[in-house]
Amino acid sequence: MAISKAWRSAYLVLPLALAACSNAEGPKSASSAPAAKAAEKPPVPFPSTYKAYPGVATAIRNVTIYDGEGGKIDNGVVFMSGGKISSVGGPDTAIPADTLVVDGSGKYVTPGIIDIHSHLGDYPTPSVEAHSDGNEATSPTTPEVWAEHSVWPQDPGFSRALANGGITSLQILPGSANLMGGRSVVLKNVYARTIQGMKFPDAPYGLKMACGENPKRVYGSKGRMPSTRMGNIAVNRQTWIKAQEYKKRRDSGKEYTRDLGMETLAGVLDGDISIQNHCYRADEMALVLDMAKEFGYKVSTFHHAVESYKIADLLRDNGVCSAVWADWWGFKMEAYDAIPENAAILHNTGACVIIHSDDENQIQRLNQEAAKAQADGRRMGINISDAEVIKWLTYNPAKAMGISDKTGSLKVGKMADLVLWNGNPLSVYARPDKVWIDGALMFDASDPKMRPVSDFELGQPGEGDVK
Amino acid sequence: MRHFLYAAVALAAFSAPVSAETIAITGGRVVIGDGSAPMDGATVVIRDGNVVAAGVGVAVPAGARTIDASGKWVTPGVFAGFTRLGLAEVDAVNGTNDKSGGRSGFSAAIDIAPAIDPFRSPFAVNRSAGVTRAVVAPEAADTIFAGQGAIADLGADSDAVTKPRAFQFAVFGEEGAANAGGSRAGTHLHFRAMLREAQDYAAGRGTFDDELLKAEDAKALLLVLRGETRLLIHVEGANDMLRLLELRREFPAIKMVFVGASEGWRVAPQLASARVPVIASALNDLPATFEMLGATQSNIGRMKAAGVKVAIGMINDRDSHQLRYTTQYAGNLVSLQRVPRATGLSWDDAFAAISSVPADIMGVGDRFGSLKAGKVGDVVVWDGDPLELSTAATTVIIDGVEQPLGNRQMRLRDRYARPTEGNLPKAYDR
Repeated sequence: MAISKAWRSAYLVLPLALAACSNAEGPKSASSAPAAKAAEKPPVPFPSTYKAYPGVATAIRNVTIYDGEGGKIDNGVVFMSGGKISSVGGPDTAIPADTLVVDGSGKYVTPGIIDIHSHLGDYPTPSVEAHSDGNEATSPTTPEVWAEHSVWPQDPGFSRALANGGITSLQILPGSANLMGGRSVVLKNVYARTIQGMKFPDAPYGLKMACGENPKRVYGSKGRMPSTRMGNIAVNRQTWIKAQEYKKRRDSGKEYTRDLGMETLAGVLDGDISIQNHCYRADEMALVLDMAKEFGYKVSTFHHAVESYKIADLLRDNGVCSAVWADWWGFKMEAYDAIPENAAILHNTGACVIIHSDDENQIQRLNQEAAKAQADGRRMGINISDAEVIKWLTYNPAKAMGISDKTGSLKVGKMADLVLWNGNPLSVYARPDKVWIDGALMFDASDPKMRPVSDFELGQPGEGDVK
Repeated sequence: MRHFLYAAVALAAFSAPVSAETIAITGGRVVIGDGSAPMDGATVVIRDGNVVAAGVGVAVPAGARTIDASGKWVTPGVFAGFTRLGLAEVDAVNGTNDKSGGRSGFSAAIDIAPAIDPFRSPFAVNRSAGVTRAVVAPEAADTIFAGQGAIADLGADSDAVTKPRAFQFAVFGEEGAANAGGSRAGTHLHFRAMLREAQDYAAGRGTFDDELLKAEDAKALLLVLRGETRLLIHVEGANDMLRLLELRREFPAIKMVFVGASEGWRVAPQLASARVPVIASALNDLPATFEMLGATQSNIGRMKAAGVKVAIGMINDRDSHQLRYTTQYAGNLVSLQRVPRATGLSWDDAFAAISSVPADIMGVGDRFGSLKAGKVGDVVVWDGDPLELSTAATTVIIDGVEQPLGNRQMRLRDRYARPTEGNLPKAYDR
């Protein structure tokens, strides 16, 4: 296949034909909205209409459990009912009557896998130009755009992520052409007719930001600012200054004119919207951390973060997660110093690790990517248990996305999002056997009817194939 | 902290061919690579650069250096079926990227061999992951014939090219159409017209129509026409493969090999009866393009079951840097055996698909790809199942010579194993 479309965000090669625009700094107002009053927080538009599908009370027993928070139970029981995790424990855990019992002998249960960095839907397959909706590459700062307005809910990739990767929740991000690329959207990996039908209820928004090569190349090639890394930081700071002024005006109680981009940035300054920052190089991450301090916001996660290992202590002390690949390297200059031990060194230093995909193929095997990173650590003397490694794919991304109170681990009362694997998920030989989302069985390898087929694939060669 | 002198070693010690020693690898689980089952407690003997014996009860020759492989696996080195190894240091840095020579004005004549640079870091990184040979192809630009690819070894020496001009590479399907004026009709017309021009050139006709070919291109295509060199063709869609099989009947001497072939399973009986081998992408399962609507990870398994000779390659899939994914991809095909309705490969066949089968398809199976007596001594010792994610190569032997396993990534790893600076900046730590 041609260069993976997800590289359009990581590696990003954009046609130069995009129209140049004279607005060199600061976000444009996407609209002249009517004057609003402070304290009137407008209702969230485009609200989630996702509803859990019906499930039956189900217990999986005789199964090895990784709970997503570093715990492991051998020969355990997971019981779910009403869409929630009802109990998790050893072999003596009570299973109520009228419960569907699944034998998990030789199998493993993990929380549903969560990808914090995906472009499913905004760079869907087929990767045609008409579907290329991830980068609003007409201004270096576009905090006013929302990824959910680009996500095509019929992307066949959602089904592969479910069936092969056990993905139950994922964050769809705008691309990295812009310093401020727009709002992310968090989805349940359940097909729906509308994007609202996939939105994870009450998940906080994220703001995609990007360091480094992509913004300066995209805009520098148009003769616009930024064309350098110092330009990147300058445009960011100018924009944050405007956001502070906007927030001040909004909070003053006086009339003010709504501005979509500024609403997003003010939401970051309020602490309601998390920063999801594409950033490869260690020195640039350190600059971003100081910029965040200057303006009073917090970075949730550095994405791609191939040089995080160089500043693992700094990242630990600042409580910032690194969302990384196991071993991507060498495709661009800022990825030159990537090493396969990145995750292990971070973990060993006490910093937060997340394994992410940024790729419609590797989202199907985040478990394998984590296993490679674990093995590379072991060879340099860093031993990380399987149960801890599963946290990189479940609880840690949930926490970094602000949904860890709802999903990401097998704790009583949380959403029953979980995967039954046909072997140890850190083995190359393991695949999802069944996947439940909110307690509803959404994938079953042994039932051809329980394999979702998007509208796009209906009536096409290979419809409903095992893929 | 370990110090790796790989650069110095590569430049000094291995700049001239080293006379290979006699090595006996004992006690391991030995995989021959031809699809046969592993043998426990077997011995592999390498002498003068070649495998002289592999099996249970093989005697260790006097004077041999012995490598104890008890508890380990011993296999032929990975033969990477389709790559751009050595053609780029950093893909997006143009000065280091030699994949495409399309703007040179030449097409089929392009010979990628001098661009394969064994001092580029992907050599060391992938060597330490157990990859010992690779098919290296140019990329196509503005023409359907990309030029002549090579077979390379990953040895830490200054001579990477095992076999230059080992094949011609062409693109069909969407890529070919884009390079031939925008339509698959143009691809077929170009293909025929360029080959006819090459024939005119060979016949010394004064009417040699050099609209499409320079004389050098014509010479290269004559090798294809006569079947003296293989023609690897990037093609993904079922219809494109069927139409290529028809085209092949017009030029019966051409030795076609299909590369990519995401929809190969849909035409597997035709591929099998035409005896066209395939170097397929292992895990494509998305309709990335409309010619890949039928893509499935079961593709290779289904083709194999239908009698197609099929190896694993990784065209356009991080193919300059991540040859080390080859074992993971093979392992995934094994995992499919336990997925209902899917078709995978047995472990033995999966390993053959990254060792003897690609070597056979490329016409060098008499020298590479297995541990049969007489083959070149490309041998890897692994600390576990080589297709498993937790496994690493512990010894890599190429051409009978044990290789250094260090690389630049390991140097960075060692410098930053403890990230906090000590009494001096990190720049002094090496």
